[in-house]
Amino acid sequence: MSSNALVFDQVSKVFPDGTHAVDKTSLAVQPGEFVTIIGPSGCGKSTLLKMASGLTDITAGTITVPPGNIGYVFQDATLLPWRTVRKNIELFAELHGIDKVGRKKLAQDAINLVGLKGFEGHYPRSLSGGMKMRASLARSLTLKPGVFLFDEPFGAIDEITRDRLNTELMQLFETERFAGLFITHSINEAVYLSTRVLVMSARPGRIVATFEISFGYPRTEDLRYTPEFASLTGAINQALREAHS
Amino acid sequence: MTDTPPVTHVGDDPKAEPRRNLAMEYGPPFIVFGLFLALWAGVHQTMASYRKPLLPHWWDVLKHGFTEKGDPHKNPRDILEALLSTMRTSISGLLAAIVIGTALAVLMSRAAWIEKATYPYAVALQTIPVLALVPLFYIFFGSGYMSRTLVCVLIAIFPIIVNTLFGLKSPEHGMHDLFTLHGASKPTRLTKLEFPAALPAMFEGYRIAAGLSVIGAIVGEVYFKDGPRGLGGIINLYNNRGYYPQMYAAIFVTATYGLLVFALFGVIRKRAIGRWHNVKR
Repeated sequence: MSSNALVFDQVSKVFPDGTHAVDKTSLAVQPGEFVTIIGPSGCGKSTLLKMASGLTDITAGTITVPPGNIGYVFQDATLLPWRTVRKNIELFAELHGIDKVGRKKLAQDAINLVGLKGFEGHYPRSLSGGMKMRASLARSLTLKPGVFLFDEPFGAIDEITRDRLNTELMQLFETERFAGLFITHSINEAVYLSTRVLVMSARPGRIVATFEISFGYPRTEDLRYTPEFASLTGAINQALREAHS
Repeated sequence: MTDTPPVTHVGDDPKAEPRRNLAMEYGPPFIVFGLFLALWAGVHQTMASYRKPLLPHWWDVLKHGFTEKGDPHKNPRDILEALLSTMRTSISGLLAAIVIGTALAVLMSRAAWIEKATYPYAVALQTIPVLALVPLFYIFFGSGYMSRTLVCVLIAIFPIIVNTLFGLKSPEHGMHDLFTLHGASKPTRLTKLEFPAALPAMFEGYRIAAGLSVIGAIVGEVYFKDGPRGLGGIINLYNNRGYYPQMYAAIFVTATYGLLVFALFGVIRKRAIGRWHNVKR
């Protein structure tokens, strides 16, 4: 197994109030893999990411995180309203003590990559939901993370924008080849983006089914309407229903 | 028959401020002011003639209130001097309240135990009528600017503490997570997250405090009979001597000054945070 992989080994999480969120979960994400975990609300998916990033303690088991930075994109764009788009995107580099010239360059590269050129001077309040998400993504990209965690980043975005952001994220994944761990409620989104889809059970969450998605990249919108795509989403839907019946 | 000419609809620039109708914006307050003057004149008319001097017609206030009326009332010089004295008290009081109040709120936000230990006293400060404490200031600090400034601080500091504290606690969990993920120190978190997030609430507090500081200055001046004569003192004096047009003129100057201070802080707030925050009135 590559030393650059994100590895969960028999990871469990019990919160102080006794809630058993995650139960003996094992999984590995290699660089160049885009793994999506799908499951209902409250099944402990987000907790997995919080443990991987260090925001929450692990109750049992181990998580191996490769050296370097972790990208972590939340469902909310969490942009700082008093900073312009550029200043928001520079934030992480700033917190890591990168000098002004360096972080300006990093920010500009990320801005170009997510297609926010021309909006650098805008404040978040004048951006649409999709634009905010692009800025949030760009902010994480500045640190060139080897591992990218996505916690339902497009959950609050309308379907048309969401489809477009899916394609943009996929193109990003193609060029950057990070190890991606993505969480969503949307089966369609999961299959479209991923190299592998994991189905998680209700609390305490554990992985109950794995689907390898063998479509090559780049993928196009048309893929969503092919019979192969439909049969995969059907199978995942069934696995989800079995897991929660 | 002729062709209809093509019509081009040009969209409005979404960034453009909605056009404000000046008449709609400023008309109503002026109408209310006009009604107020009419009511004043009406009351004046109906008063028994021997009581009429108690409420001179506003026209007489304008005519005589700001003019000289024998020694020692060299208006408008007296009123202007009093205004300067009041300004000195209220501005220094407000600045002190801003510095102390903001510092206290930052301190309270650093640790729950500090907040628990001190907050009840901040509330107590607010609930004790200031007038009840003014004699104490007189005993300890006399009747000069020190005592008067203290009255201002006491009356203006509460909204600053409360608003700043509220603002410092306002960043959502996710924003704190960002700073945690990237190993931000507590000072960094304060300066780059909590403080900027608190600015809208802080400026709201400052604006309220600015209005209160004028009230504080007047309260002090009314109470402290000796020492520098501010607007509060001069109103008292005119009242005692029966110079009613001058008294109403001084009241008018006081009210206008209070309004201007409040408005000034509204402008400062808009300047400081209007670019990224929806500043409501």
